[in-house]
Amino acid sequence: MKNTLTRPLLLTAALAGSLSLYSLTSRPTVAPDPNNAGLKLPAGFGALVVAETGGRARHLAVTPQGNIYVKLNKPKDGKGILELKPNATGKATVSGGFGSYGGTGIYAKGGYLYASSDEDVYRYKLDAKGEVTNPTQPEKIVSGLLNRGEHESKSIVLDNAGNLYVNVGAYSNSCQVKDREKGSMGRQNCPILDSAGGIWQFRADKAGQTYGSGTRYATGLRNVVGLDWNAQNNQLFVMQHGRDQLHDIFPAMYDTKQSAELPAECLYEITKGANAGWPFLYYDGLTHKKMLAPEYGGDGKKLADPKYLEPAAAYPAHTAPDGLLFYTGTMFPEKYRNGAFIAFHGSWNRAPEPQKGYYVVFQPFKNGKPSGQWEVFADNFAGSAEKVASGRADHKPCGLAQGPDGSLYVSDDKAGTIYRIVYNQK
Amino acid sequence: MKKYFALLAVLALTSAPAFAQKKPAPKATAKAPAASASVLKGKAIYTQYCLTCHQADGLGVDGMNPPLAKTDYVLGDKTRLITVLLNGLKGVEINGEDYHGVMPSQAYLTDQQLADVLTYVRGNFGNKASAVTVAEVKAVRAAGKK
Ligand code: HEC
Repeated sequence: MKNTLTRPLLLTAALAGSLSLYSLTSRPTVAPDPNNAGLKLPAGFGALVVAETGGRARHLAVTPQGNIYVKLNKPKDGKGILELKPNATGKATVSGGFGSYGGTGIYAKGGYLYASSDEDVYRYKLDAKGEVTNPTQPEKIVSGLLNRGEHESKSIVLDNAGNLYVNVGAYSNSCQVKDREKGSMGRQNCPILDSAGGIWQFRADKAGQTYGSGTRYATGLRNVVGLDWNAQNNQLFVMQHGRDQLHDIFPAMYDTKQSAELPAECLYEITKGANAGWPFLYYDGLTHKKMLAPEYGGDGKKLADPKYLEPAAAYPAHTAPDGLLFYTGTMFPEKYRNGAFIAFHGSWNRAPEPQKGYYVVFQPFKNGKPSGQWEVFADNFAGSAEKVASGRADHKPCGLAQGPDGSLYVSDDKAGTIYRIVYNQK
Repeated sequence: MKKYFALLAVLALTSAPAFAQKKPAPKATAKAPAASASVLKGKAIYTQYCLTCHQADGLGVDGMNPPLAKTDYVLGDKTRLITVLLNGLKGVEINGEDYHGVMPSQAYLTDQQLADVLTYVRGNFGNKASAVTVAEVKAVRAAGKK
C-alpha cells in the first residue's frame, strides 16, 4: 500500500517541480509601479496598483485565467461584484459587474465562483475563459444566515472535499446583557452561541440549503473575517477578531493601555467541534494565557477554563485580521510556500492609545503548523506613521488572493484599490 | 488614573459657575460656548466615555461607528439627540451610511454630564450648534421614564 502510494506521489512531485520550473522561466515579468504602489516590501518584491475600483472592496478572487472578482461591501451602480480583466502589463480594468447585493465573501474553486451577501451564499458558473456564465441567475447555495447588524459579514472558503465553510459572527462584543454597556455582565451560558459565534459547514454543490440545515463546525469564535483551508494538513484556519473595550466596560480592572494591548488577535487551527471559548475568555498575547472574561467573573488575573482551544498564533490587539491566505505559489521564495499571509485591516479600539495595523503580515508555517515569528510583509497602506497612529489610513487591506502566477493580490475597502505584489528577483 | 484626577480637578474648579448657568437656552446664533466651563468638562467626559468609538477627532470609524461631525443627529432636534445618549442606538443609517457598531446607553451619566458632553460635541468637530442644558436632559429623561 505504502509503495503504491508513494510512487505516484513522487512522480507528481517531480512533475509539479518541473512544471513550476517551466513556468518560472517562461513567465512574463510584471513590472511593479515605480513607487511600489506606495507599499513597503521586503527586498526583491515589488507592487503595482492593479485597478482603482472606487468601491469598498472586501474580499477578492482570482481565476486560473487571471480574471479578478471583487466583492463590494455595498453595491456600486447596482453591482455588488466587480469583474476585472487583466491586460499585458499586469494591471486590470473593470470590465463589468453583477450581483445586486453587498457583502464580503468571494471565493473561486473548481469552475465556480462563490459569493456571499450578509445572509446568503451564491454560486456562479465559470467558463473556460474564467468568465461568469450566469451573472443574473446564480444558484442560491445557502439562504437565511443570521444577520443582526453587528459582525454581519459572511466570509467563505471551500475545502478539497466539496464543503463550504461560512462564518456567522456573534452579534455582540462580549455577550453582555447590554451589549457594550459599561459594567453590564455576561448573559448566562451566552445564548448567542446557539445561533452565531462560529463556523458553519455546508455542501458546496447543493442549491437550496438553509441556515438550519448546515453543520455547526466550530463555536466560541466571536467574529471571523479571514479564513482559509490549509491543504498541507487538510485543515481549516481562522483569524478571530478579539473582543473590544475592556477599559470602557470595566475601568476599575483595565486602564486604557491594557485595553489597547488586550486581547490578542488569534489564529486558530480548527477541527470539527472546536470551541475557542468566546465570550468566556480572551487571550492575553503578552503572557500567552487564556484569561477569564470580566463579564464572567474574571478580574484581569483569573485564568479561563483550560478546556478551550489554544490559539495557534497571536498578533497585536484590535488590529482586525480581515484576510487569511495560505500561499501555495512558486513565484515567491521558498520560505513563503505554505505559509500564511494575513491582512490586518487596522485598529480603532486602541484609542486613546495610537492605532496599529494596516499591513499584511507573513506567518511562517512548517508541516501545516505556525513555525517561527511572524513579520510585517507589506506595510504603509495607511500612507504614513501619523495616519497609522490616528487611524485615518488612506487604504485598509482586507482581502487576499493568489494569482495563477503566484502574485499576491490585496484588496482595500477604504479607497477601493486593488494591489498586486510580485517577486522579480531571480 | 491620572485622567480621573484631572477630571475631578476640572469638576471642582468649574462646578460652581456651571450651576449658576441658569439662563434660557442659547439660540444657534449665540456665541459658540468654546471657552465655557461646561465645554472643558464636556471634553473630559467625551475622552472618558465616547472617544474609543467616535475617536479623538470625532470622525468615527468607517462602517463601525459614525462621525459626530455635522450629522443630522448632532445638529438636529435636541430631544432626539438626548434620547440617543439615554437609550443607545443600533441599526440606524447616519447621513446615508450604515454603521455596524452599537451605541450603548449612556444613561449612567448624570444630567449634568450628558448636558456637558453634548454641548461639547455640538460645539466641536466642526459643529456650531447651541448648548444642551441640564434642564433639557432632565426633561427628556423624565419623559422616557413615564
Ligand atoms: C461602543 C461604541 C460607542 C460608544 C462608547 C459611544 N458611541 Fe455613540 N454611537 C456608536 C454607534 C455604533 C452609533 C450608531 C448606531 C447606529 O447607526 O444605529 C452611535 C451613534 C451616536 C450618535 C448619533 C449618530 C451620529 O453620529 O450623530 C451620537 C450623537 C453619539 N453616538 C454620541 C455619543 C456620545 C456623546 C458618546 C459618549 C457619551 C457615545 N456616543 C459613546 C458607538 C458608540
